[in-house]
Amino acid sequence: MTGENSQSPPSPGRRGLITFAWLWVGVPLGYGLYELVRKATQLFTG
Amino acid sequence: MSPPVAPPGWSRWLVPPAALSVHLSIGQAYAWSVFKPPLESALGLSGTQSALPFQLGIVMLGLSAAFGGTLVERRGPRWAMTVALVCFSSGFLLSALGAATEQYWLIVFGYGFVGGIGLGIGYISPVSTLIKWFPDRPGMATGIAIMGFGGGALIASPWSAQMLDSFGTGNTGIALAFLVHGVTYAVFMLLGVLLVRVPRTEGPAAGAPAAVTGPQVSARSAVRTPQFWLLWIVLTMNVTAGIGILEKAAPMITDFFADTSAPVSATAAAGFVALLSAANMAGRIGWSTTSDLIGRKNIYRVYLGVGALMYALIALLGDSSKPLFVLCALVILSFYGGGFATVPAYLKDLFGTYQVGAIHGRLLTAWSTAGVLGPLIVNWVADRQEEAGRHGSSLYGTSLMIMIGLLVVGFVANELVRPVHPRHHVPGTDTPQEAADDRREQPESA
Repeated sequence: MTGENSQSPPSPGRRGLITFAWLWVGVPLGYGLYELVRKATQLFTG
Repeated sequence: MSPPVAPPGWSRWLVPPAALSVHLSIGQAYAWSVFKPPLESALGLSGTQSALPFQLGIVMLGLSAAFGGTLVERRGPRWAMTVALVCFSSGFLLSALGAATEQYWLIVFGYGFVGGIGLGIGYISPVSTLIKWFPDRPGMATGIAIMGFGGGALIASPWSAQMLDSFGTGNTGIALAFLVHGVTYAVFMLLGVLLVRVPRTEGPAAGAPAAVTGPQVSARSAVRTPQFWLLWIVLTMNVTAGIGILEKAAPMITDFFADTSAPVSATAAAGFVALLSAANMAGRIGWSTTSDLIGRKNIYRVYLGVGALMYALIALLGDSSKPLFVLCALVILSFYGGGFATVPAYLKDLFGTYQVGAIHGRLLTAWSTAGVLGPLIVNWVADRQEEAGRHGSSLYGTSLMIMIGLLVVGFVANELVRPVHPRHHVPGTDTPQEAADDRREQPESA
């Protein structure tokens, strides 16, 4: 099944789509993590 | 809407971001508290009243996951993600209307009831699809998605707060914030709807072991097996123990070190709570991925056994060392997150992939139960101890012992889990290969 779907390396178009999709979710998550780390450091500085 | 089948050359690495776009959105639910104070002052509500939309949302999450699971399996992930998008986004839009017109019941109905259906259907929507794409690493795949649910609150909490700062905390400002949330989450979740695909045929993805088909159990049969209820107990106990810390984290660390030379300030306690959120998230992806290597039964032995040990260390030595207290709490919270994220893969091991999403949905009633049980135990015990004139760390001694007891019960339930009896299998799905898989993944129970 997925042998056909994914055993062949993704085309450049698909690679672009994969990058875009991971950035779509990664950027907001990165923002959330940044805010979290900022707050968490208060345990050691507050 | 028929399940969207992947075209040739489709990459399975497009499926986790599709799942994440949904889970990162619906995880906003845990940031509801940001809206509570503005709602209370703008609409003259009590604290109990302003919590209603969230509480109804969590109840609806459990109910829609439990009762909508079979439909999700039948209609496929794109249908489920579309329902989740429409319900979750509409919930915010209805709430915007409610805030603008000062009709609080509309906020409760919109965010809690309509949005809550979106939470439940959205939570289970990618589970079965991810497991089918990653039969070689089901723990990692579902861990990524379920980590997203934890991450959703991390994003929404500062984002919503900044929005309220900009729009104002009057009813018009709140309405505008709800409106922006509804539209933004609809656009964000759309990526999941557009990207999600089911594999072309049942079977493993690239580089995966050859065997994934085998004995399958329907959702209806699964709830009649002892394995389902043993896992229900395991999840309830693990989640209750995690909530035991989560619910009282800030006052707990303050009380534990109140009488020492280095008391914990309110700011530091807030930092501690944030650190616990990080551990919860890290546990979801880290421990769930580890379960692919050491097996599901073994990882739950760690969650429950080591978790009990961590609670014992806090009870016995917690007030003597701040680093020890923090470390133990972080480990417990990582196990709490790991328990959530690993359970779909455990279900797949026991019941196959046939209706694993629906079975997972039914198992989430354990979450609802623990959500009531955990805070109830911790708050009730702490109140009684306070009435008895205790203070500092002794306020929590009994609660900690109860948590250890619950984890031991969960440990025993996990030990009793055995492969499902063939009489529960869907006819024609027993294969020698699957039997071999069972032996590999659960050698102790073969």
